[in-house]
Amino acid sequence: MNKSPLAALLRRMSRRVGSGTVATLAPLLLALWAGFAIVIGDRFFSIDTLQSMAFQMPELGILSLAMMLALLSGGLNLSIIATANLTGLTIAFLLTRYIPGTDGIAWVGVQVVALVAGFAVAALIGLINGFVIAYLRVSPILATLGTMTLCKGLAIGLTHGNVISGFPAPIVFIGNGTVWGVPVALIVLALCALPVATLLNATPFGAKVYMIGSNEKATRYSGVDTRAVLLKLYVLSSLLAGVAAVVMLARFNSANAAYGESYLLVTILAAVLGGVDPFGGFGKVGGLILALIILQVISSAFNLLNLSQFLTLAIWGGILIAVAAVPYLRGKFAR
Amino acid sequence: MPESFIASFSRFRRSHEFWLLIVILVLCASLSLANAQFLTMQNLFDLLTSYAFVGILALGLLVVLIAGGIDISFTATASVAQYVALAVANAYGANWISVCAMAIGIGGALGAVNAILIQKLRIPSIIVSIATLNVFYGLLIFFTAGKYIYSLPDWFATGIFWFEFEWGKDSSYGVNLQIFALAVCFLITWLVLNRTNIGRQIYAMGGNADAARRLGFHIFGLNMLVYCYMGVMAGVASLVQAQLAQSVAPTVLVGKELDVVAAVVLGGASLMGGVGTVLGTFLGLALLAVLQNGLILLGVSSYWSPLFVGFVILISVSVTAWSQRERRTKRAGP
Repeated sequence: MNKSPLAALLRRMSRRVGSGTVATLAPLLLALWAGFAIVIGDRFFSIDTLQSMAFQMPELGILSLAMMLALLSGGLNLSIIATANLTGLTIAFLLTRYIPGTDGIAWVGVQVVALVAGFAVAALIGLINGFVIAYLRVSPILATLGTMTLCKGLAIGLTHGNVISGFPAPIVFIGNGTVWGVPVALIVLALCALPVATLLNATPFGAKVYMIGSNEKATRYSGVDTRAVLLKLYVLSSLLAGVAAVVMLARFNSANAAYGESYLLVTILAAVLGGVDPFGGFGKVGGLILALIILQVISSAFNLLNLSQFLTLAIWGGILIAVAAVPYLRGKFAR
Repeated sequence: MPESFIASFSRFRRSHEFWLLIVILVLCASLSLANAQFLTMQNLFDLLTSYAFVGILALGLLVVLIAGGIDISFTATASVAQYVALAVANAYGANWISVCAMAIGIGGALGAVNAILIQKLRIPSIIVSIATLNVFYGLLIFFTAGKYIYSLPDWFATGIFWFEFEWGKDSSYGVNLQIFALAVCFLITWLVLNRTNIGRQIYAMGGNADAARRLGFHIFGLNMLVYCYMGVMAGVASLVQAQLAQSVAPTVLVGKELDVVAAVVLGGASLMGGVGTVLGTFLGLALLAVLQNGLILLGVSSYWSPLFVGFVILISVSVTAWSQRERRTKRAGP
């Protein structure tokens, strides 16, 4: 098998581009783009299509960033969706209850207070997660399973599953507005991704997170206060879920206890597709963004082709297996 | 042999299961004081019937966790097994044996797909099962267009009702399909894990896969068995659920995987592998069942029930982790 021209080509290509996640995902994205361009034609590159992609990606993107942070430390945050919904409901409740009818200082004030209160709720949930995981040493999957059920229970108990809707224009603008043709939500995603990437790659905090993900015990013995790092990390993860909440409630112009529940496992799928090691220690924001674009391109193309969204789900799963198998297959061919 | 009995009891007293049992007994006692409805045969049979689906899945997941892996594709596996088995039964006719064989066969086959992907392509089980969850579920809904099956074969809709007996006036109880399947699955899982060589091998592999490989264990075969077992349990559970619901709904089961995970890990199974017991899983399941049932009997609105479940999970895992840490520091000290 080693002598086949395909293997030789693969070997030469992998030597040229290295063997990172980007080296796998970038050709895949180009191939998908080319394939869909042939099947769908010009419509795939129309401004409308690109804009609708840019509108849909940020929610999943910000939630995936929140999941990625926990994954990098060797943990998991199953409570991101429940956190986002509880945050969204807090903001929605304050906005609909206390907003005055006319514009003015009070009108602006209530919106600011609502957002601040929402992020306070998100931070509180993050503190609980971080405390239970870092200081009580509960495994992250169990701790966040607990807070997930707790937050969802609180949201359902308070709202009885009802929707809260109808927000002032500036809030709705975050989800549906554009600046020079670029959706505001996409800008929000960029404003989350860039600082997170900087934090992870260019600060001592980021280095500590990667170290904890590789070997927590060794990191603690080398003098790092791993508990404080984990606590901050889960608060940050929760706050990102809070940002996702704002984008979601703005886009739907409503909030509910059960929005986006199917996103939970998809965020793990996106992060792992983007090269995040599910056992921690490895993964870059750039890879995640590339993975998100791939998922979005497939989803939008299938939508244009009138194929079921469930087929999209199946293809996403298939792509994840294919990409996850690449390191093993490459090892086999390169021998 | 009173001494060995005392020794094994004192070991049990320190175990996770013991504390779980205490909590459940306290909960049961206070619930039966608060509401006479709780400790009745009727309620007990209803509880077993309605938690059979989660219970059977929990047993499959327990075996996977002990082996050191994880599987969350089982809800999709169950949906596929249920749909295909009962659609075929409707179209071509079938009986209990053939419908069970179909569901078990499909479940086992999908489990084998997981095992092959995990072992042959060296992909972590969590990634594989997240991916196959989406693949199985996506394809099922794509091909069936998400249509429900409302008319089930008569014999299936009727179910079974064995060992009927009277209790009090005009109420009769018997073993229905759900309780029968739950009992059989518990018995088989207990036997496999505690009374067979393979069971010991599964514990050993979950405890230390490298050591097990060097000892000459057939790792691929063991993993194949474990994931197929999970698939078979999903197949059985799917029939139990369809019989109870009296319909097949392809979109209802997916999304419930974390309920099952909660029951198993509340029962003390470790996500790191090598640790977990059938008794613990039963108690974990019982805790969730009694809690939710109790809240309803106490007249708490069902909207609030997840909040209490969340509290119990969080407190239980925190207390367990804390007591383990205490023990470790005590052992490390002078």
